[in-house]
Amino acid sequence: MNTADVHQRRQMDYVASQAADARLNLEIETEGMTLNIGPQHPATHGTLRLVARLDGEQVVEAEPIMGYMHRGYEKLTEVRTYPQVTTLINRIDWLGSFANEVPFILAAEKLMEIEAPPRAMWIRTVLFELSRIANISLFLGDMAVQLGALTPVFMAFRDREFVLNQIEAVTGGRFHPNFDRIGGIKDDLPKGWINDTKAVMGRIRDFCDEFEELVLGNEIFQARCRGIGIIPPAMGLSYGLSGANIRASGVDWDLRRDGNEALAYNQVDWKVWTHPDGDSFARYWVRLQETREATYIVEQLLDGLPAGPIMAKVPRIIKVPAGEAYSSTENPLGEMSYYIVSQGDLVPFRVKIRSASFSNMSITPWLLKGVFVPDIVTILASLYFILGDIDR
Amino acid sequence: MSPLSSTSTEVDEQRQQWAATLADALGNGYLDHHIIPGSDLWVRVAKQSWVEVATAARDQLGCTFFDWISAIDWLPSPYGRDMNAQEDNPAQDPSETSKPEKTIEHGHAGGKTRFQMLLRLHSISAHMGINIKADLPDADLNIDTLIEVFPGANWHEREVWEMFGIHFNGHPDLRHIYLPGEFEGNPLRKDFPLLARRVKPWPGIVDVEMFPGEETS
Repeated sequence: MNTADVHQRRQMDYVASQAADARLNLEIETEGMTLNIGPQHPATHGTLRLVARLDGEQVVEAEPIMGYMHRGYEKLTEVRTYPQVTTLINRIDWLGSFANEVPFILAAEKLMEIEAPPRAMWIRTVLFELSRIANISLFLGDMAVQLGALTPVFMAFRDREFVLNQIEAVTGGRFHPNFDRIGGIKDDLPKGWINDTKAVMGRIRDFCDEFEELVLGNEIFQARCRGIGIIPPAMGLSYGLSGANIRASGVDWDLRRDGNEALAYNQVDWKVWTHPDGDSFARYWVRLQETREATYIVEQLLDGLPAGPIMAKVPRIIKVPAGEAYSSTENPLGEMSYYIVSQGDLVPFRVKIRSASFSNMSITPWLLKGVFVPDIVTILASLYFILGDIDR
Repeated sequence: MSPLSSTSTEVDEQRQQWAATLADALGNGYLDHHIIPGSDLWVRVAKQSWVEVATAARDQLGCTFFDWISAIDWLPSPYGRDMNAQEDNPAQDPSETSKPEKTIEHGHAGGKTRFQMLLRLHSISAHMGINIKADLPDADLNIDTLIEVFPGANWHEREVWEMFGIHFNGHPDLRHIYLPGEFEGNPLRKDFPLLARRVKPWPGIVDVEMFPGEETS
C-alpha cells in the first residue's frame, strides 16, 4: 500500500465519520463517496441538508436532513389564542404568507359555525391568489438561477415586487399580512386598489409570456429538465405529493376546484392545468400556467366583487366550542391543511399542521436514487419547497 | 355560500356508505364512526386493524392520496384557562399534571385511551377525505407501520415517534427527523413543559382587537 492509498483511506475514514455524524447507516465501499450538500448552500434555498452517497457521478442514496429551522408551531399554537395563531402560521410558507392563514381561519370558523360574508370571502380569495402569484413567480426565476441562468431571477424579483406592493396596500405587510380574521377580514380594500391590481395582473401576464420563451423555450433548460425526476402519478399520491407537483404527473386534482372550502373559486371561470410527463420540465410548465391562470382569477374576482360587510358577528373574545374540524386549501406549494381540536378554551387544544413541502420532499429519497449529481439540483428546484414549510 | 349546502344530503349518504364499507371490511376491528353531514367523516378502529383499515380505505374507497399521520394526546392541557384569567396558572409540577383535575374528554368517534393515532386519507376522485383514529393503551405505545401501504408514511411516522414517543413496529428507520439526536422527551405530549411559558407567563387577554364597526364600550 503506497502513500497515496493511505492518504485516500484517511479521506474515506473522514467521510465515514461525517456520514456517521449524519446518522446514516451506511458502509463505505472503496468506490463510494459521501457528498454533503448544505445546510447552507445556494442550491438548497434554506437550511436543508442533503447527504448523498455517490458512486462516481451517480447517487446511490440521498437523504434530506431537516429540522435546522424547526420552530415547533404545533406546540406553540397550544398556548396562543385563536387570533394570535395567525401571526405564527404566517411564517410557515413565508413567500405566500396570506395563504397560510386561510385554512386555519376556515377550520376555526367551521368549529364556531360562523360564515364570513361574501365580500370577505372574495377578498380572501383575491389575496390568496396574489400570494400564489408572488410565491410562484419567484420559483419561476429561482429554478432558472439554480440551473445556471442568472437573469430570470432578477426579473422575477422585479415583477414580484409589484404584487407585494398590492398585498401591502391592503394588509400593511409585505410578507406577513396577518390579515385574516375569524368571521371575515380585517379591513376593506383601499380606494383605487382594484384598478392598480388589474394593471399589475397585466404585467404578470407579460412576465409569464416572457418566461415561457426565455426559460421554457431555452434549449439548455430543456436539456437539463426533460425526463429528469419523473414521478409516476400513483407513486406521487402514495407519498402525499400535492399541488403542481402532482398535476405535473397528469393528476387532475386541484382543491380550489375540488375542495369543499367556501372560497369564491366556483364563482369564476378558470382552468386546472396538468401535464402528462411528470418530469422537472412539466412541474415548471404547470407552475407557469398556474401563475397566468391566477391573474385571470384575480381579475374576474375583482370585477364581480360583491358589496356588503366584511365581518360577520363575532364575539369580542373568541372562545371556540369543543369539537374537531379539518380544513384544507390549495396553497402555492400544494395542499395545506389544519386539523384543529378544540375543548372550548381560548386556545386550541391541538393543531396538526399539514404543510405541503414536508410531504413533497418525502419522495426525494426515492426520487434521487440513481440520478446524476447535477440533476439533484434540478429535481430539488423543480419540487419547489420552502424550508419553513418543511420544518414548521 | 355554505360549503356544499346544495349537495350536503347526497354527500352525507356517501359518507355513510364509506363507513359501512369499512365496517364490513374490518369486522370486529371497527369500533365507531362520526359524520358531520357535508363536511367530514371520522372512523375509529382497533389498534390491530390499523394497517387493515388503511389498506381497505385505499383499495375499496379509492383513498389513494396519503395526506398525513399524526397523533393526539388527550391529557387535559395545563394551559386550559377560563375567560377571565389574566395569567396562566402558575407552573405546575409534571407530577401534578399527570393527575389532572379534569378528566379526559375525547373528540369525534370517541376513544378510551390518552393517546390516539390520527390518519388522514383523501380520495381525489370522490373529493372526500376520511379521518381514521386508533386508541393506543399507555402501557403499550406502539402500532404497526403503514409504510407497506403508503411509502409516504415514513417521514410522518418518524415525526410522530419523536413528538409523541409512539413506536412504529416494522419501521425501518425510526430516528429523529426535526430534533437533534440527543434530544430527550416528546415535545407534543401535554406533560412536556413549554419552557418559554414558564419563563414568561401568558399576558392574559390584553390584546383583544376591536373589529370594524364595533363600539368601544
